[in-house]
Amino acid sequence: MIYFLIFISAIFVNNIVLSQFLGICPFLGVSKKIDTALGMGAAVTFVLTLATIVTYLLQKLLVVLGVEFLQTILFILVIAALVQSIEIVLKKVSPSLYQALGVFLPLITTNCCLLGVAILVANGTYKMPGGAPAEGLLNGTLFAFATALGFSLALVLFAGIREQLSMNKIPKAMQGTPIALLTAGILAMAFMGFSGVV
Amino acid sequence: MNNALKTLTNGILKENPTFGLVLGMCPTLATTSSAVNGMSMGLATMFVLICSNIVISLLKNVIPDKVRIPAFIVVIATFVSILQLLMQAYVPAIYATLGLFIPLIVVNCIVLGRAEAFACKNSVGLSAIDGLGMGLGFTLSLTLIGAVRELLGTGCIFGAHLFDGQYGALIFVLAPGAFICLGYIMALVQKLMKK
Repeated sequence: MIYFLIFISAIFVNNIVLSQFLGICPFLGVSKKIDTALGMGAAVTFVLTLATIVTYLLQKLLVVLGVEFLQTILFILVIAALVQSIEIVLKKVSPSLYQALGVFLPLITTNCCLLGVAILVANGTYKMPGGAPAEGLLNGTLFAFATALGFSLALVLFAGIREQLSMNKIPKAMQGTPIALLTAGILAMAFMGFSGVV
Repeated sequence: MNNALKTLTNGILKENPTFGLVLGMCPTLATTSSAVNGMSMGLATMFVLICSNIVISLLKNVIPDKVRIPAFIVVIATFVSILQLLMQAYVPAIYATLGLFIPLIVVNCIVLGRAEAFACKNSVGLSAIDGLGMGLGFTLSLTLIGAVRELLGTGCIFGAHLFDGQYGALIFVLAPGAFICLGYIMALVQKLMKK
């Protein structure tokens, strides 16, 4: 039951984009078409889950060695290296998947939801439903996976709205980023309705 | 001298990180629930910007072109770690409020963007001024957004009472208000800049 609640909590109640403000750049940048939004969502889900497992284990090593202050530097390097190696492996193993996700992979390194979730899981400061302790590799991995699904959901919903919006006449000053931000605000308001569910 | 002044004002007005370049949106939205929080985030980013700009400008002839991005990231991450330790020691309350967004300065596009676009091509002095200008521009916009949200949400600016809190709309302090406020302020800036 707790595992199911992790999903509800991370996807709807504490959506990473609309209530935690992580990953806003791809949210605003790669959300003009539903296809690209789906591709970006899939790429983030794949990398985020893997990166969280790796950084969680790395954090255990840092604690053993007593060098926790190296966390930020090492995590960002590990994530960058991981993204690079995933790109190389995908190219070799599954060219079709590489075709679909390839363009999004280099963009992911600077996606702050990656480093953000890695730090949250490693420090055990993420939100567990019902005040359960935020620890353990399984909980962390599920949280990362669910968070990435929440990211994809927000991205696809937003892209759908923007596809419709692009056909409408918008006042000149509101064009581009301002109208996107207002739309996101209303979407965030809708997601606020989930608060208190878990 | 003229050149230095131009570099300084460039970051504050023409290429303002938030309203002009639309970079660093995550901290802009997340930490502006009050004017003080917005300003602290801006100042923290400014510290990292100035230091990383200086060091990258010093190292620009040493770093091979092919590995420059990873090298820049290591320099930036080092200063972010220094900032984390300093803030934990001297301003633990602010560090606790800003929380996750201090380590996330590493992936703030403004810092890497200025390293790539300015510091690796210009002299140390100019790079420091560019970092100062960009940092000031970022701080000013974050403080502005924070002040608007704090006023609409709670009736205060910098904690100073302007009207009764019960007439404030709490939504502006919460997540949706961040998007809506920034959207309207950005539209206003776009309108004013066009003239």
